[in-house]
Amino acid sequence: MAKDEYREFRLVGTRPDRPDGLDKVTGRARYGADMTAPGMLWGAVVRSPHAHARIVKIDTSKAEALEGVKAVVTRADLPTGLTGEDWDLQENTLAGERALYDGHAVAAVAATSALIAQEAARLVEVDYEVLPHVTDVDAAMAPDAPVIREGAADPTVPEGMHPNVVKYFAFDHGDVEAGFAQADLVMERTYKTEATHQGYIEPHACLGQLGSDGKGEMWVCTQGQWFIRRMCAAVVGIEAAQLRVTPSEIGGGFGGKTTIFMEPLSLALSRKAGGRPVKIVMSRSEVLRATGPTASASMDVKIGMKKDGTITAGKATFRMQGGAFPGAPVDMALYCAFAPYKMPAVECEGFDVLANRPKCAAYRAPGSPMGAFAVESLLDEMCRKLGIDPMDMRMKNAVREGDRAAYGPKFGSIGLVEVLEATRAHPNLSIPLGLNQGRGIASGYWFNHGGETSVSMAISEDGTAQVSVGTPDIGGSRASIALMTAETLGIPYEDVRVNVVETGALGVNEPTHGSRATFASGKAAVEAAQHAIKEMCRRAAAEWGIEPEAVEWVDGAAQPAGPNAGKFPPMTIAEIAGKMGSTGGPISGHHESVPGGVGESFGCHVVDVEVDPETGGVKILRYLVVQDAGRAIHPSYVEGQYQGGAAQGIGWALNEGYIYGEDGRLQNPVFLDYRVPVASDLPMIDTVIVEVPNPGHPYGVRGVGETGITPPLPAIANAIQAATGARLTELPMNPPRVLAAIKAAKAG
Amino acid sequence: MSKIHVTTKVNGDPVEFLADPRETLLDCLRDRLGLTGSKEGCGTGDCGACSVILDGRLVCSCLVLGVEAQGKAVETIEGMAQGEDLHPLQRKFIEHAALQCGFCTPGILVAAKALLETNPDPTETEVRYWLAGNLCRCTGYDKIIRAVMDAAAELRGEAA
Repeated sequence: MAKDEYREFRLVGTRPDRPDGLDKVTGRARYGADMTAPGMLWGAVVRSPHAHARIVKIDTSKAEALEGVKAVVTRADLPTGLTGEDWDLQENTLAGERALYDGHAVAAVAATSALIAQEAARLVEVDYEVLPHVTDVDAAMAPDAPVIREGAADPTVPEGMHPNVVKYFAFDHGDVEAGFAQADLVMERTYKTEATHQGYIEPHACLGQLGSDGKGEMWVCTQGQWFIRRMCAAVVGIEAAQLRVTPSEIGGGFGGKTTIFMEPLSLALSRKAGGRPVKIVMSRSEVLRATGPTASASMDVKIGMKKDGTITAGKATFRMQGGAFPGAPVDMALYCAFAPYKMPAVECEGFDVLANRPKCAAYRAPGSPMGAFAVESLLDEMCRKLGIDPMDMRMKNAVREGDRAAYGPKFGSIGLVEVLEATRAHPNLSIPLGLNQGRGIASGYWFNHGGETSVSMAISEDGTAQVSVGTPDIGGSRASIALMTAETLGIPYEDVRVNVVETGALGVNEPTHGSRATFASGKAAVEAAQHAIKEMCRRAAAEWGIEPEAVEWVDGAAQPAGPNAGKFPPMTIAEIAGKMGSTGGPISGHHESVPGGVGESFGCHVVDVEVDPETGGVKILRYLVVQDAGRAIHPSYVEGQYQGGAAQGIGWALNEGYIYGEDGRLQNPVFLDYRVPVASDLPMIDTVIVEVPNPGHPYGVRGVGETGITPPLPAIANAIQAATGARLTELPMNPPRVLAAIKAAKAG
Repeated sequence: MSKIHVTTKVNGDPVEFLADPRETLLDCLRDRLGLTGSKEGCGTGDCGACSVILDGRLVCSCLVLGVEAQGKAVETIEGMAQGEDLHPLQRKFIEHAALQCGFCTPGILVAAKALLETNPDPTETEVRYWLAGNLCRCTGYDKIIRAVMDAAAELRGEAA
């Protein structure tokens, strides 16, 4: 399976215990809510119960009068004059003139206990004038829709659009109409997906402190401590360098912890309370109502196909709402939608639309699952109509190295064909199916990402190594970075300690997002190690009295590069490190860059379902994930990413979705009603790691975190049609909807 | 509201604390006793991250009041290893990479231990249904189920 063009590795590709494993199985690991500080206060947030309302008056006097209350803040306590994204962040942190969604924060309090803070929050009196609201994307674009924010549209939006359309996005190439004319079958459908939440089990939590001198500190669960620093500093009006942000262990993020929500409130409360630290921990319902779920989408797709399965053209119009602020990932969705296919002609346009919902955040391959649901569903239906095997169609149209992506650029080394071959060869595809059972196949794509990266590595006096990285470890990246560093240095895995460090310790790092931690921090750690190796070779050369170029690094030791270089026994890293003080001082390596060479990732999933014709319930019988990892540094955690992505995609497909009432309030803000997959919902999730190494990374890494959530949505829809004949075009495909579709298919 | 003095046992040690009658056992473990291994993921008994054993019974500590622990015995994740020796479940979770973020892990370990104490030889389906009250959002459960099955086999004295 592995297409290995590299030498065999000593450590890369092995499965050692993760360095933070012991802390995490004993309860010692410290997450966001686990920290306390001397003099600490507890914060609580007052939230709007209305989807859209003018804030007439906020009376904080009763709250302030409560014994134990030390600070109350409203928007009046935050600086004015912010613009652009900073204004959006501040407005989302604390509402100004209007509350824009159910759960929008309008005030916050700090008190000497959590219970007093909660009581004080209830005593804050807010007079609202309720305004008309809209929560559905199509309704928000209709002529009579209430305007959420006048003047929010950017210059891309064509004349005459509703003011809720804030961004317009389009790209095309080739002659789409000519493509449709050449096709033997042209089909067009509209699809809808509902907003889902990342559903990390750890609610947002932070412990912030800010003095009147403008210096502050924060302990916070986040995917990116520098993002938190920059955003918080802007919202509360301090200099970024004066805020020191330490990331806690993080209890899941999936993109949702790459931005701020209540974090600036802890700083604003602390400043007002004389600099006492303030801890704020969200409840689950706060997480669901007021952090960043993904966008909901309404999508029209039209595709032309020849009898032999060749795709001739594709057209897509996507409308997405990402809450009351710009930022729905409509561009990403369109980029990814046709990415696995050679497209002679495409025409794509997208609308980013405001609605009275919380500001969306990234969620695992943002946009890609929605686009795939539409395109992969339609392709499957067309294969069915033309009597073509969907695997054959995928292989026939698969993009290869050198092909132009549907969204423009030329692909470098990619592994889609290898993924499809491995999928076709998997035994799951030949398992016979029974009554009411069906098999569905779908592909998925994610770009992966480089991003600002700064890593520092230092050799200790005993020849062991410490690596400081800025990307929080959400799923085993300490292990993968330690493996690559140890591999490069030629030392044991156990001799490397990888530390996730605070903002004061490194240059700016982007978060653990975009599947970048093992790619970018790993690449930088290897560069840093190579820098240290060069220095250690120089020290050995100086001792031997030969040229540094005549020294090479082999198996953790410097040695003469050949017989002409001189005869000296190898000098180990421990020997060199032991005398660093007298040979020139500390030995370290640093690397700062925005790494290029990002390797794209394709995956293909195969799911078998059984549909209960009486209830419409869908049971996942078996599930296969095949994905190109480039190189699996620690295969267990690569499998884990594939399995976790698939499980989230299954939840999105079958159960999960934001349910808003007529009043614009979220009706399912608890896990009982926002039902994520539980252990008894799922079978084992089979995985195949395809390895087409990424030439842009020293060990071939592509990044594996995101692609896996994309194919489940259409794969399950395709499987349901195979099982029942009914085609679902709206998510989630919950029992009532499946039952209705089965009845409609029978009637039609 | 005046506080109530509670005397109880946690992981075999006698402890006492003052609890507001509104505080949950989870709040008391975390904020009164500094035992932050039990986590709050929902506060409504849906996620299981706060799972502890109360007088031999698996409970969500977010659904028990702190004052209810009076005179009882509480077992938490912090008491699962015996000194340096990890419980086989803890070892197998590391070995099988059965955790990613690790936030649900303490609750799942406590719940799995309770399962194996009542049913030392569970089927995969039994493990899945027993753990259906413990949400994990990272792993898709695959490696968790394998780790629990493997630990059960080891505890039964079967070679892995």
